[in-house]
Amino acid sequence: MDFGFILSSAAGELFSPTTAAYALAALGLAVHFGYSGLLNFGQAGFMAVGAYGFAISTLTFGVPFFVGLLIAIICSAIFALLLGIPTLRLRADYLAIVTIAAAEIVRYIVTTNQLTGVTGSANGLAAFEGGFYSMNPFPEGSYFGMNNRDLFIRVVGWGLVIVCCVLVWLLMRSPWGRVLKGIREDENAVRSLGKNVYAYKMQALVIGGVLGALAGMVFTLPRGAVQPANYGTELTFFLYTCLLLGGLGTVLGPVVGAMIFWVVLSLTQGILYGLIESGAVTWLNTVQAGQLRYILVGVALMLLMIFRPQGVFGNKKELAFA
Amino acid sequence: MRSTPKGLPHRRPGGLLKALGAIFASIVVILLVVAPASQATSPSPTPSPSNQTFQNNISGFLRDDTRAPIADVKITAKSGDFEGTATSGANGAWNIGVPVQGTYEIELDESTLPEGIKLAEGQENPRSVTFSQTSNLSVIFAFGKGIVVQQQDFGQNLLNRLVAGLSFGLLLALASVGLSLIFGTTGLTNFAHGEMVTLGAVLVFMFNAVGMPFWLALILALLGGGLFGYVQDAGLWKPLRRKGTGLVPMMIVSIGLALAVRYIIQFFFGGATQQLPFAQSPEIQLGPVSISPNNLWSLVISAVVIAILGIVLLKTRLGKATRAVADNPALAAASGIDVDNVIRIVWVAGGMLASLGGILWAYYRPGVTFDMGSQILLLIFAGVTLGGLGTVWGALIGSIIVGIFVELTTVFGLAADLKYVGALFIMIVVLLFRPQGILGRRERVG
Repeated sequence: MDFGFILSSAAGELFSPTTAAYALAALGLAVHFGYSGLLNFGQAGFMAVGAYGFAISTLTFGVPFFVGLLIAIICSAIFALLLGIPTLRLRADYLAIVTIAAAEIVRYIVTTNQLTGVTGSANGLAAFEGGFYSMNPFPEGSYFGMNNRDLFIRVVGWGLVIVCCVLVWLLMRSPWGRVLKGIREDENAVRSLGKNVYAYKMQALVIGGVLGALAGMVFTLPRGAVQPANYGTELTFFLYTCLLLGGLGTVLGPVVGAMIFWVVLSLTQGILYGLIESGAVTWLNTVQAGQLRYILVGVALMLLMIFRPQGVFGNKKELAFA
Repeated sequence: MRSTPKGLPHRRPGGLLKALGAIFASIVVILLVVAPASQATSPSPTPSPSNQTFQNNISGFLRDDTRAPIADVKITAKSGDFEGTATSGANGAWNIGVPVQGTYEIELDESTLPEGIKLAEGQENPRSVTFSQTSNLSVIFAFGKGIVVQQQDFGQNLLNRLVAGLSFGLLLALASVGLSLIFGTTGLTNFAHGEMVTLGAVLVFMFNAVGMPFWLALILALLGGGLFGYVQDAGLWKPLRRKGTGLVPMMIVSIGLALAVRYIIQFFFGGATQQLPFAQSPEIQLGPVSISPNNLWSLVISAVVIAILGIVLLKTRLGKATRAVADNPALAAASGIDVDNVIRIVWVAGGMLASLGGILWAYYRPGVTFDMGSQILLLIFAGVTLGGLGTVWGALIGSIIVGIFVELTTVFGLAADLKYVGALFIMIVVLLFRPQGILGRRERVG
């Protein structure tokens, strides 16, 4: 077993674009669930709206990169409004079911063969990232073993994560953020102070949703393809695992949670594959090793929720639930 | 299971952890006992084995007008770059594995047909077929002059879909009644209910594959489902209730459980689609309706089971106690009802009902996969929410509406691969205007 390789590929996951995407999406969930107490189980839907909004506007309408970006953000804001109008007055468990259903509706619609010309159905869309990489300021060459494209997407992805973290941090320590936390603690108390709870929740839903859409774009750009199968309900559940790992009501929690999530996944994969190749483990094949990792994710999610719901950084007083 | 005797080991912080381990251990044990099944061949007539690498299958049986199988006929499926071929076996079965669920052009090579046999008039060849949410797509070619291809008129089609939808709705109801009872008595929205559905079908397949007779496999699968419900409650939910865990954390725990159990099942069962015995059944004509015997059985079985459940809930002391706990647990406990016992029974019954629903779902699709339960989890939720969370009759009515709606939307021109969208959309709309559901009590839910 080559420990050097296993460790280096795990370390590579620390700053991979996928980790950045998970961090952004989990940060959106922190705004929803951690700060506002909104149980949004449809973050995968927001990511899909962002990714497809960008890909379709680039491919079908041929708009430049920044217009596509803007369209993706507007689409996710509209999605949040559509979702919020019927559900924000409902109890947490209703909200959860409706958001997960809405995310699945998005996935079914981009999968259907009826719209193959626009969405590419199950095969998805590809070759829409040209506009992004044409802005690459890094000349060709090798940077720490990466080519200039890999470096560019990492810089942009993590730059976005840092900017968004600062924005969320500033928002949450503003008067607006304090009202939001108040809603999480006691909605009726905030209402009795004359605040429009519904509007605050809606704003939080839109902000978290836009973060999700940005995450969807960071997720698809390095792949150069967007496929509906990536945006199933499990993606949302993985994001919740990241969020709970780091800590609900924190800004850095989701980022560190996403890093831990991917490093642990990479480490377990490397070690299991190594053990299988060296013949030390014979009761497992490589496909099953992949499944074993997801069993671990599920168990980790349960254990975290039961024994350390505040996560690594969280404060138990800041939990969205009693 | 060893760590959940009648005592209270959960008071220690490690108790819960141990209990949690016990849950997974019990699932693993159940699956390990029957694990060779995943390597064993399917007991149902397995079509050509060369296509097992793909998860999605297009398949069918070739039979002439005297119902004798037609062997050695070549069939191709094409879509974009992909092309797959199959030759029908001695029993007339053919199967083409395909990489993605999409639209395929199916062509039967008429030059390979035996002499004297021709495709029936009006049979499109080649024809284009599309997957509709399931991983198995059956294509029927009719042969000979004896068979007249029925050009179904709209009314006929509507009636057929209505009956199929009723059958689907009732099997959904089996799962959703359990979910609703659990929600009513404990307040838990159980995201792991889909895995309880999957477990029933997977257990039947595995028990059958290790050589048990079909009836025994059915009984053991139902018992297995009940056992899973019991172990879940005793090992996980009861200790969490004791700890005073909130409803939202419990919901997230159930998501973790769902992920873990889904992949444990995949670990042992594999990613392929398998068929239960007697999964292939030609449609029969029953008065004005044509329905497959499996669907008919499914309809009858679920109707009978739900009727029995209704009688138990309405007429027996246990049923009364269950409804009392669902109404107000504290008051029920004060009037001498053993709340924990009622909840335990609800979990066992819910597990068995979900297993039965899963077995019927495996025949309806048809096929057993590790994620078959999570595919209909949202439809189950839609049924429960539509009827009113926590009400039993509401779950029943809501599920039937969802089932019929899903089937009928295809008649009215919605594409087959969008048929679940309609049901989910209706759920959202109903929540907008009547958040308590059809039968739910008027109360503030927000």
